[in-house]
Amino acid sequence: MKLPVPAQFAIMGLLLVLVGIFQSWSVALAILNLCLISSVMALGVNIQWGYAGLFNVGIMGFAALGGVGAMLVSVPPVREAWAAGGLQVIGSGLLVLAVIAAVVFARRTLEGRTRSLATVALVAGGYFLVRAVFDPAVDAIEAVDPAKSGFLGGLGLPIIFSWGIGGVFAAGAAWVVGKIALGLRSDYLAIATLGISEIIIAILKNEDWLTRGVKNVSGLPRPVPLEINLIQSPWFTDLSARIGADPVAFAGIFVKLCYAALFTIVLLAILWLSQRALHSPWGRMMRAIRDNRDAAEAMGKDVTKRHLQTFVLGSAVVGIAGAMLVTIDGQFTPGTYNPLRYTFLIWVMVIVGGSGNNYGSVLGGFLIWFLWIQAEPAGLWLMNVLTMPLAEGSALKAHLLQAAPHLRLFLMGLILLLVLRFSPRGLIPEETGRKAA
Amino acid sequence: MKYLTAENMTGGYGGADILHSCTITVEEGEIAVIVGPNGAGKSTAMKAVFGMLPLREGRVTLGGEDITHLTPQDRVRAGMGFVPQTNNVFASMTVQENLEMGAYIREDDFADTMAQVFDLFPILKEKRNQPAGELSGGQRQQVAVGRALMTRPKLLMLDEPTAGVSPIVMDELFDRILEVAATGIAILMVEQNARQALNIADHGFVLVQGQNRFTDTGAALMADPDVRKSFLGG
Amino acid sequence: MEDILNAIVLLSNFVIVPGLAYGAQLALGALGVTLIYAVLRFSNFAHGDLMAFGTMAVILVTWTFQSVGISAGPVPTALLALPFGILAAIGISLLFDRSVYKFYRTKKSPPVVFVIASVGVMFMLNGIVRFIIGPGDQNFSDGGRFLIKAREFKEMTGLNEGLAIKTSQGITIIVAFLVMIALFWFLQKSRTGKAMRAYSDNEDLALLSGINPDRVVLYTWIIAAALATIAGTLYGLDKSFKPFTYFQLLLPIFAAAIVGGIGNPLGAIAGGFVIAFSEVTVTYAYKKFLIYLGPEGWAPDGLVQLLSTDYKFAVSFVILVLVLLIRPTGIFKGKVI
Repeated sequence: MKLPVPAQFAIMGLLLVLVGIFQSWSVALAILNLCLISSVMALGVNIQWGYAGLFNVGIMGFAALGGVGAMLVSVPPVREAWAAGGLQVIGSGLLVLAVIAAVVFARRTLEGRTRSLATVALVAGGYFLVRAVFDPAVDAIEAVDPAKSGFLGGLGLPIIFSWGIGGVFAAGAAWVVGKIALGLRSDYLAIATLGISEIIIAILKNEDWLTRGVKNVSGLPRPVPLEINLIQSPWFTDLSARIGADPVAFAGIFVKLCYAALFTIVLLAILWLSQRALHSPWGRMMRAIRDNRDAAEAMGKDVTKRHLQTFVLGSAVVGIAGAMLVTIDGQFTPGTYNPLRYTFLIWVMVIVGGSGNNYGSVLGGFLIWFLWIQAEPAGLWLMNVLTMPLAEGSALKAHLLQAAPHLRLFLMGLILLLVLRFSPRGLIPEETGRKAA
Repeated sequence: MKYLTAENMTGGYGGADILHSCTITVEEGEIAVIVGPNGAGKSTAMKAVFGMLPLREGRVTLGGEDITHLTPQDRVRAGMGFVPQTNNVFASMTVQENLEMGAYIREDDFADTMAQVFDLFPILKEKRNQPAGELSGGQRQQVAVGRALMTRPKLLMLDEPTAGVSPIVMDELFDRILEVAATGIAILMVEQNARQALNIADHGFVLVQGQNRFTDTGAALMADPDVRKSFLGG
Repeated sequence: MEDILNAIVLLSNFVIVPGLAYGAQLALGALGVTLIYAVLRFSNFAHGDLMAFGTMAVILVTWTFQSVGISAGPVPTALLALPFGILAAIGISLLFDRSVYKFYRTKKSPPVVFVIASVGVMFMLNGIVRFIIGPGDQNFSDGGRFLIKAREFKEMTGLNEGLAIKTSQGITIIVAFLVMIALFWFLQKSRTGKAMRAYSDNEDLALLSGINPDRVVLYTWIIAAALATIAGTLYGLDKSFKPFTYFQLLLPIFAAAIVGGIGNPLGAIAGGFVIAFSEVTVTYAYKKFLIYLGPEGWAPDGLVQLLSTDYKFAVSFVILVLVLLIRPTGIFKGKVI
């Protein structure tokens, strides 16, 4: 017995409303916003997995690239840092390109042993040359007011543009990864993407001149008004008086509603595009390739190329979501990216929602994020009940209460395994062309 | 009743029946060959005898014992040996290890059985420590047959043992099979090379579309003008 | 001459000895991954967390022993606790196999379903470990800290550079060596080990030969869990125990298994050392080493470090990619992909 799709979404909405009534509307809206972003991310993964059967375990990396896009677009440039080492950094970038070009040229023109020797010599020489230009520039940049800046800064544009840029960043990385890894079987793609995402995070954490590393970039500009400005504007105080709300509390809710509106627009747009793509000849071909790769190949479909397309598109969507995530956080914190939260949790969303179904991914994104957040208080409550018989101040009780939040990891695993076992097609199964074919 | 009697076998892989009341029998020490055109259900008939195909009707007895409902593994214990057509050796394991794995279900000492296999296939003794995957096609078939012999089966089934080997190797393999039969083992094989196979066979079963078309001694089938015209290329 | 000796000692101290120990730890982990791949035919994403679980059990038993005053003298108490940790890891592996993987095995599901299931198991194990022991660092090594102290070595040899070998490093290398020998003896010589290899090589033929698949799977989990616990405990003794670090070890371990040729135990060992030495050599700062070797009074600018230590994951990954591109079956021929 399955509930119809609208009913499932209605129940999800009701859960959020219940949070609003029993906890607070601010909490409910905070969860909603993250639900929206999670849904976008899950849609991106569904494009890769649901449409094409690509097992990407590097979601975290693409989300982080989206996040760095948001940061680089919105932060104002740091002029002193540019003066200190900007040109040299650009120069070393050009040098890298020159070395690559030289290597490619050498490999095209030379042969045999000279070719290998030339390649090694060029790579080694190029490496030290680049380091010679790059290292002093980095030191100079990072020395500029290290407590507050110490990086090149960004473009100083409105952060809303960054969502697209974040998508482009992620797409670019996905193209490179896809070129290397898509010819491999699914397990290897998984491990390759797992690796690349760790590398991306390592770079973001350590290249301080670009991202300030673990010192974080906070205070990013916002696409919506600041609470403080709202409270001071007459139209807003009028509005809150009219609906009989406390202006300070209402300002917080109003801002969250603005975010929710923006995210909803993005989600709906991507959902609409995804649905269009799924039902286009392209989408049908993708599923044909997924279900019978050999047959599709025999019919002359360039499977690797199609896979690359899907991989890039899906990663771009993840990148957009990553940028939105940094936008609502208002800060870029490379140290907080954790594969459990940013990769594997998204997988739970897609599988639970229903692989191959876009609405399923959206529902999965909502439901799993909701549970992820609510499992913490629920776990604590459960532990409080369970430890009732234990004496107050007993070490075991203290430990159990303190460890309760970790139960949510256990819960996510349990949900994933239960769905995979008893409802492997998810809450909203993939629509098959003909019923009972 | 013969040593192996598979009567009126009817069944298929879930969908339409592939075998229609097909009967195959072999006596101990004899060689029976299943021949027929492509898609006649030759391999399917053999798989049915071995319990790899669910039967709707018919029964299989081995040495008078009804084995219709046994799994393939249990049929191995009951005295059947099966050599699949492809992937029939453990390629990464040595020849000797392949033979040991053949004897896996035996609790007793199988050293003398291994010695017999080595007597039968001297080249295997020479290459006993080489991985089976590195041997030539014909040698690999010898390993496959040797592995199946390690359980000391009463009935040895070979699914196209000469597929993909050269004519010289084929003749040698048939010689070996005759030697195996001479030790009193019943042999049932499926063969594409119908003419050569019938030459060494005591009995032949010509299948067409899952049914017995002709059943006779090998020599009689070779002499039958209808069989010659339709199945042996004149 | 003395400079050259100093340079060699320096390199041994900071590259060779740590690389050997780390390589042995990775190799043990990769052996578990590769065995599960060979027999159960999937990449087990829960392996890092299985290591964490087994190590956690070892730590808890170690603490119990320490509190009642049981110790192993100069070697860490954890070695006494190791069998208990192994039993715990085997128990939970078999529990998950019965409750999760067996279902898909009977259904003959595609490998990716197993991988997704292993992600679920990973989450659950992760939750269990953090729930019981917490997400923080745990130090559980005791006994003698060093086999050879840097100062003693200097006094003994009269060199400028000291060579320090930590007890944990020595134990790692000895234990890993013994475990590997035992494992290879088992796989090559024992009847069950041969059956495992046969099943991994050709499942259908193994079934025809009367090999019981349930028994093969059972042994595979037992061995993989034991290897994971040993690897995890040695790593924890050498460095420290933190659940998240163990989760992250998954990447170099997978890299090791693939670089060596997945499904091939010998390859897993070679891969473990290749990955470990690449990480250590690429992230080591060679300044002092070059000063010894270079002309008198000369010193290189900077640290002469190819990559910062934060990029050690990148090293395993780059090697992984290179191997996949140049020789997809790994150094030793693994399962043909």
